[in-house]
Amino acid sequence: MRRRLIAFWFVLPAFLLYTVFAVYPLLSALANSFWRWQGTARAGFAGTDNFTGLFTTFPLDQQLWPAFWHTMAFFAGTMLMQNTVGLLIAVLLAELPVARRFLRTVFTVPYLVGGLVVGYLWSLLLSPVFGPVGAGLDAMGLGALARPWLGDPATALPTVILVNAWHHLGFPILLFGAALAGLPPEYGECARVDGATAWQRFRRVTLPLLLPSIGVISILTFLGSMNTFELVYALSGAQGNQPTGPGGATDVLGLLFYRIAFAEGGTNAIGQSSALAVLLFIATFVVAVTADRFIRSRS
Amino acid sequence: MTRTVRLAGYLLLWSYAAVALAPMLVMLLNSLRPNADVLSVPLGLPSTLDFTNYETAWTEASFSTYVWNSVLVTAGAVALDVGVALPASYALGRFGFRGRAVLTAYFLAGLMLPVRLGILPTFHLLGSMNLIDSRLGLILVYAAGGIPFSVFVMTAFFRGLPADLDEAARLDGAGELRIFARIMVPLVKPAIATVVVFRFVPLWNDFFYPLVLLRSSDRYTLPVGLTQFFGEFQTNWAALFAGLVITTVPLIVLFVVATRQIVEGLTAGLGR
Repeated sequence: MRRRLIAFWFVLPAFLLYTVFAVYPLLSALANSFWRWQGTARAGFAGTDNFTGLFTTFPLDQQLWPAFWHTMAFFAGTMLMQNTVGLLIAVLLAELPVARRFLRTVFTVPYLVGGLVVGYLWSLLLSPVFGPVGAGLDAMGLGALARPWLGDPATALPTVILVNAWHHLGFPILLFGAALAGLPPEYGECARVDGATAWQRFRRVTLPLLLPSIGVISILTFLGSMNTFELVYALSGAQGNQPTGPGGATDVLGLLFYRIAFAEGGTNAIGQSSALAVLLFIATFVVAVTADRFIRSRS
Repeated sequence: MTRTVRLAGYLLLWSYAAVALAPMLVMLLNSLRPNADVLSVPLGLPSTLDFTNYETAWTEASFSTYVWNSVLVTAGAVALDVGVALPASYALGRFGFRGRAVLTAYFLAGLMLPVRLGILPTFHLLGSMNLIDSRLGLILVYAAGGIPFSVFVMTAFFRGLPADLDEAARLDGAGELRIFARIMVPLVKPAIATVVVFRFVPLWNDFFYPLVLLRSSDRYTLPVGLTQFFGEFQTNWAALFAGLVITTVPLIVLFVVATRQIVEGLTAGLGR
C-alpha cells in the first residue's frame, strides 16, 4: 500500500501534464467534431454533418480529394525512395569500410534540419531566375533542362516529393544501418559457405531479416506524410490561407487542416477542422496499428 | 564482392554524399558573399570572408532575439519533460502496483497519437489560462508531447537495472526519495542523455505550434522568425542564406557532439 502511494506521487506530475496538454486536446477535438459552431460558441448538435460537410461544402469539396491524393503520392514516393535508395546506401555502408563514419554523418545531416529550413533552402536553390540549381545545370551545358520546377503544375508535386526524400533519407540509412549491425554474422557466413552469390545472400538472407525495419520506416513515413506541413508551406511560399503550389498542385492534408482551423476564417471552423482531425486521426491510427500487427506477425 | 562492384559502391556512396551535402554547402558559401554577387552568380565561392549578412540577420532582423527564444523554449521544455518523466518512469519501471500495465500503455499510446491534431483545443485551453503568445505555454505543450518518448526510453532503462540495487538500499533504511535521487537517477544518465538530445531536435525545428500560439515577434522562436524574415528580406538572398545557417548550425554542432545519442533515439523504436 505504501509503495502504491509512492508510485502515485512519482507518476502524478507526468500524468497531469500529459493528460491536460496532450490527451485532453485530442479528446476535445473528437467531441467538437460533433457540434456545429458559431465562432467559439456551440450552435447545436451536428451529428455527422461536419464530416459529410467536408466532402460537400464549397470550397472543401474541391480541395479535400486533391489534398488527399497529393498526401498519398507524398507517402508513396518518399517511402519508395527510403526503402530502395536508403536501403542500398545502408547496405553499401555496412559492406564498405572506408570513411564509413564520415559518410554516415554526411548522410544524416539533412535529416536533422527542420522541414521549414529545408523548404526555404530549396525554394532559393530551385528559383528559376537566381537559383543555383539552374546555374549549375547551365555550367554543365545542361541549361535546356532547367525549368520553373515549383511553378509548373506538372513538376511541382514531384519536386516537393524529391526534396522531402532528400530531407528524410538519413533516417532509413541510420535505421537500416542499426538493423544490419544487429544481424548475427553466422547467417551470411553459412550462405557464403554454401556458395551463394552476394546478391543471393542479400535477397534470401538479409532482406527477409530487414522486413521489420522496412515496416517501421513505412509506418513512420506514413505518419510523417499525414502531418506534412512545414516543408510544403516554405517550399511553395505559402501564407497558409489558400491552396499551395500552382493551381493547388502541392496542397496536402496537413496544410488543409491548418487552413480550415486558422486561416480561412469560416464560422464553423472548429467543427469542420475537428472533423478533419478525427478522420486523419482514425486513418493514422488504423494504419499504424494494422501495420504494427503485421510486422510483429512476420518477425 | 568483386573489385568492380566495390568501386561502383564507393562511387555511389560518394555521389550521394555530394547530393546530401551540396545544398548545405551552397547555403554556407552564399551566406558569406555580398548579395549582388549571389544574385548575379548564384553558384560561386566567396572572394573574401564577409560577415555582413550575419550582422544583417542578427541585428536588423533580430535573430538574436529568435535564437534566445528558441534556446529558452527548447531547453525549458526538455527540462520539464525529463523532470516529470524521470520519476514516472522509475515508478513504472521498478514498482509493482496494480494498474501499472494500463498506465504504461496510456503513456506509450502517445507515441502513435498525432498530437498536433489537437491544436485547436490546445489553443483554447491556453487561451483560458492566459498563455497565448507566451513562451511558457509553448513549453508546457512541448513537454507534454515529449512525455511518451521519454517514458518509453527511460522505463525500459530502469527495468534493465539489476533488481537488488534499490532493495539493498531499502534494507539499509534509505528513504524512497533518496534511493531515487542518489542511486537510480545517476544510473540512468545514458537514457537521460538520449532523451535530452533527441527531443531537442524536433522542438528546435518546430514551426507549427509557435505559428499558431505566438503573436508578438519579440517572442518568436527561430522558425517563425525565419518566416517573417523571408517575407521582409525577399530580395536580400545572401542574408536569407545567413538566416538559414544560423538556424541550422546549432543542430549540426549537436549532432557532431552527440551522434551516439541521436542514433540511439532514432533506433529506439526498432526494438519494440
